[in-house]
Amino acid sequence: MQPPESRLNPPGRRFGPFRNRVMRIGVALGLTAALSACNTVVLKPSGDVAQQQGDLVVVATLLMLLIVVPVMLAVVIFAWRYRANNQDAKYEPDWDHSTQLELMIWAAPLLIIICLGAVTWTSTHLLDPYRTIGRIDAQTQVAKDARPLEVEVVALDWKWLFIYPEQGVATVNELVVPSGRPLNFKITSANVMNSFYVPAMAGQIYAMPGMETRLHAVMNSNVESIGFSANYSGAGFTHMRFKMRSVSDADFAKWIGDVKATGTKPQPAGDIIAASEFEGVPAKQMGGMLDRAAYLELEKPTQKVPSIRFANVDPKLYDAVVNMCVQPGKMCMSEMMALDSRGGMGKAGIRNVQMLSYDKAGRDSAVAESANPTEAVQRELAWVRALCEQMPGQVRDGSVKAPSDLRSLNGAGIPAPQSIGFGGEDAPVASSPKPAHISLNSRN
Amino acid sequence: MAIEAEAHTHWSPLLGRLWLDAIPQEPIVLATFVVVMLGGAALVAGLTYFKLWGYLWKEWFTSVDHKKIGIMYMILGLIMFLRGFADAVMMRAQQAMAFNGNEGYLNAHHYDQVFTAHGVIMIFFVAMPFVTGLMNYIVPLQIGARDVSFPFLNNFSFWMTTAGAVLVMMSLFVGEFAQTGWLAYPPLSNLAYSPWVGVDYYIWALQIAGVGTLLSGVNLVCTIVKMRAPGMTMMRMPVFTWTSLCTNILIVAAFPVLTAVMTMLTVDRYLGFNFFSNDFGGSPMMYVNLIWIWGHPEVYILILPLFGVFSEVTSTFSGKRLFGYSSMVYATLVITILSYLVWLHHFFTMGSGASVNSFFGITTMVISIPTGAKLFNWLFTMYRGRIRYELPMMWTVAFMLTFTVGGMTGVLLAVPPADFVLHNSLFLIAHFHNVIIGGVLFGLFAAINFWWPKAFGFKLNVFWGKVSFWLWVPGFWFAFMPLYILGLMGVTRRMRVFDDPSIQIWFVIAAFGAVMIAGGIGAMLVQFAVSIWKREELKDETGDPWGGRTLEWSTSSPPPEYNFAFTPIVHDLDAWDDMKRCGVERPTSGFRPIHMPKGTGTGLILAGLSTALGFAMIWYIWWLAAVSFAGIIGYAIFHTFNYKRDYHIPVETVEATEAERTRQLAAAGA
Repeated sequence: MQPPESRLNPPGRRFGPFRNRVMRIGVALGLTAALSACNTVVLKPSGDVAQQQGDLVVVATLLMLLIVVPVMLAVVIFAWRYRANNQDAKYEPDWDHSTQLELMIWAAPLLIIICLGAVTWTSTHLLDPYRTIGRIDAQTQVAKDARPLEVEVVALDWKWLFIYPEQGVATVNELVVPSGRPLNFKITSANVMNSFYVPAMAGQIYAMPGMETRLHAVMNSNVESIGFSANYSGAGFTHMRFKMRSVSDADFAKWIGDVKATGTKPQPAGDIIAASEFEGVPAKQMGGMLDRAAYLELEKPTQKVPSIRFANVDPKLYDAVVNMCVQPGKMCMSEMMALDSRGGMGKAGIRNVQMLSYDKAGRDSAVAESANPTEAVQRELAWVRALCEQMPGQVRDGSVKAPSDLRSLNGAGIPAPQSIGFGGEDAPVASSPKPAHISLNSRN
Repeated sequence: MAIEAEAHTHWSPLLGRLWLDAIPQEPIVLATFVVVMLGGAALVAGLTYFKLWGYLWKEWFTSVDHKKIGIMYMILGLIMFLRGFADAVMMRAQQAMAFNGNEGYLNAHHYDQVFTAHGVIMIFFVAMPFVTGLMNYIVPLQIGARDVSFPFLNNFSFWMTTAGAVLVMMSLFVGEFAQTGWLAYPPLSNLAYSPWVGVDYYIWALQIAGVGTLLSGVNLVCTIVKMRAPGMTMMRMPVFTWTSLCTNILIVAAFPVLTAVMTMLTVDRYLGFNFFSNDFGGSPMMYVNLIWIWGHPEVYILILPLFGVFSEVTSTFSGKRLFGYSSMVYATLVITILSYLVWLHHFFTMGSGASVNSFFGITTMVISIPTGAKLFNWLFTMYRGRIRYELPMMWTVAFMLTFTVGGMTGVLLAVPPADFVLHNSLFLIAHFHNVIIGGVLFGLFAAINFWWPKAFGFKLNVFWGKVSFWLWVPGFWFAFMPLYILGLMGVTRRMRVFDDPSIQIWFVIAAFGAVMIAGGIGAMLVQFAVSIWKREELKDETGDPWGGRTLEWSTSSPPPEYNFAFTPIVHDLDAWDDMKRCGVERPTSGFRPIHMPKGTGTGLILAGLSTALGFAMIWYIWWLAAVSFAGIIGYAIFHTFNYKRDYHIPVETVEATEAERTRQLAAAGA
């Protein structure tokens, strides 16, 4: 029995009801017996989004086991019963058709897939990484005035840069977030494809050069965990891991203070990776202000990078990274798109190919070449920027807003106009504790 | 990498980029090189000593007989399988030991090549040759034809596939292979990030082998559509032929996409185009879409023929007609069509909207309906049967149990939010090995054990077959179940070293599984050797050792060059079973000369020139590229003037062959 107040479908609940019940069934079936011994972070994460995704793994598995287990049993039973030396079993060499059975063998999987398809459609929308966080956990909706913490993530060869725009600090391979506060990640990559994944927090999303992806998440407890790239990106990939911590608000403020204090000093910055040699050589020490010059130094391929802290960060740096125009002398993607959206430059565009070349000549040499753009290039760029003035280079906000009131998913309980007379004169109105609704995940 | 780019800047007009630094310095590779060279030298010496070159050239290399080409495909698949499996063992060993600060024995440059080569080889040069070889051998026999529609094209296709394999093998000792993962996603595979020859080897090996695959697809579609025996309507085709038809339709529709996307990557790398680079508004996402529009149908290209094999095997060894033939055919067609509507499920995490992801997730799940229907059909074929547990049937039951689990985890990965936490993890690795090993490989083993007596006239040794089976099947579970668990622990793929010591045990178990599989492969090689050694004891003179149901069992084992002295006439689905029941008499007189295609060395020569072209392009040896390209065009044109393309088998030869068959049948008491 559920306590009566839970009959009020709690706002923001997505798959909550499945969670405990399904887990219990799962354990009862002994499916997770082997798994319980190890740290299956995917099924037992610390963030609400990952938790719902993990629950979905279990729900989908159980749904499929409804048909998989009988089929596998039938295989074993038929294989045994109709073995050649069992002469008691019936033998019908010409029996090859049965309309009822054929209907059954198409309909049974179809029914399972209909259920799973419905679960898929709703969960994919509710757990869309682009969708802002609507709830902190199954019981708590995000406060109306809650401000999400923004973190800008850049995948570099082979380390992760985290910029905290609000706090004005940046770190490498160290992600600290406050628990219980919505997190809004903007993710990009400096050159090749990576995938930003913190299993304890939320599912992954690709990090791609010249583009921005989004991830919304929340941490529900204070834990130490790890994050990494889940998409192979070259020689240093295996060490492209970072420590991730979720802490209380107070500890977060204290940590920011720490970063501001310790981030002023130069710190070791990993090894420059040399493919021909097994051992890398130490990179330049880094720290202090993360401006464009420091970023270009940081961008060089290094591996086994320890955490680096920057006390200050150029507020326009991330935008420039997404637009691939950190190097002086490069046209920003946003500028290119602004030009193209007005029909492009036609033949005039032939003049500025050098500023559109972002990785052609190899990373190091490209950095060297673009460090001091010629006067001609600078004139070109000034001209492009003048052209684009009416369309300032902003990355489009691609996030899907979660409704502020999730009850609408189950019907918000808005009363029908009495004059229409749905359900008669004594139909329940808004004050009713039990709004009528159809819900996939309802306990009511 | 930038540093590496500087290390390989040498170029000369004569040798292009090829220089002394192209010889790998890694001791493992050097040792392998020495062993391969010694083995190769021994092989060449042996062939020369026993004067076998002429025989090989005349009877095999230049043969256009679909049966010999089929066998050559299988041998190619087997050789490449050993290479691909060696890569797998290296990965398992590396991952089992690289803990607690131990870097393992493979550095990044080597390890990244190993996992890339493993994927490329297993899909393109193991699974594809095996499947193509099987279809080549069986389909014409099953439809009562004397050869495929275009016999020369068939020989050419085989040699082009081999040329691709030769380039991949060459990369082991000359230069390097790609370090990009088996699908070579840009920007990583672009010149800026993979500046040396690895990705070029990948591109040219796939392009050249792709020509072979595409042409063999055209050939088999045409053969099945046009060359069926009289009376064999579409709905009387054996299920293996049906699934082969669908597979080849998929090949014809999907491989041009691969060719196009590889061409775009080629011009990006060679001519400074920007289809997939970061420059000038190029889009790597387009590559990911295109490669999977080929890549997803590809997995059905691999599995469908094996579904056909399981159908034939289940029906034969249950001594029953296949349950739900039409349902099986429609399920195959539905899978064929749906396989084009699911490609996006390989990259839900690339930022598509929720509705797009849901659409592709649901279409993916829908594929499990016809696949499930197939499984039920096999199940009800066993129902009320008399199942004889010969090796092919054992593999089939193992498949049914293994593949179901793999299919289930596949549907699970089709749920986008679940995929967000499992994508690119070892769970995914476990899933696709679960379906490819449990489906494609087990099916191939069933097929090899099933049709070996047809191809060679003697059965395979059962004892060693069982040893192999009982090492392979549990070995598979040991090797891949830990990977499912590791995936749920958030361990991602393509990792070289690990820092969490608590997960080492799972890698050790997986490595143990790999050792068992190695035993299974060894036992299978012993099985082949012992069977060839004792072929007189295992001899089958009837041509129909299993109580077969389809036309290939009506002819002798091995079949004569012309397959059927008279084209059979088909009255029912299981044509041979029907003939046996009706007591159809085998004709013993009235033979006529048989018109057959003539062998030619053109396929081998063109493929040799293509290998040279590929090698020249990889190493920027422009003069050689120009010469070999001109050679290909020139020789192809020259071949069109070859009018000696066919001959007649004289009636005396046919009579003698058929008389020998009559004697055999009498001796076998049939």
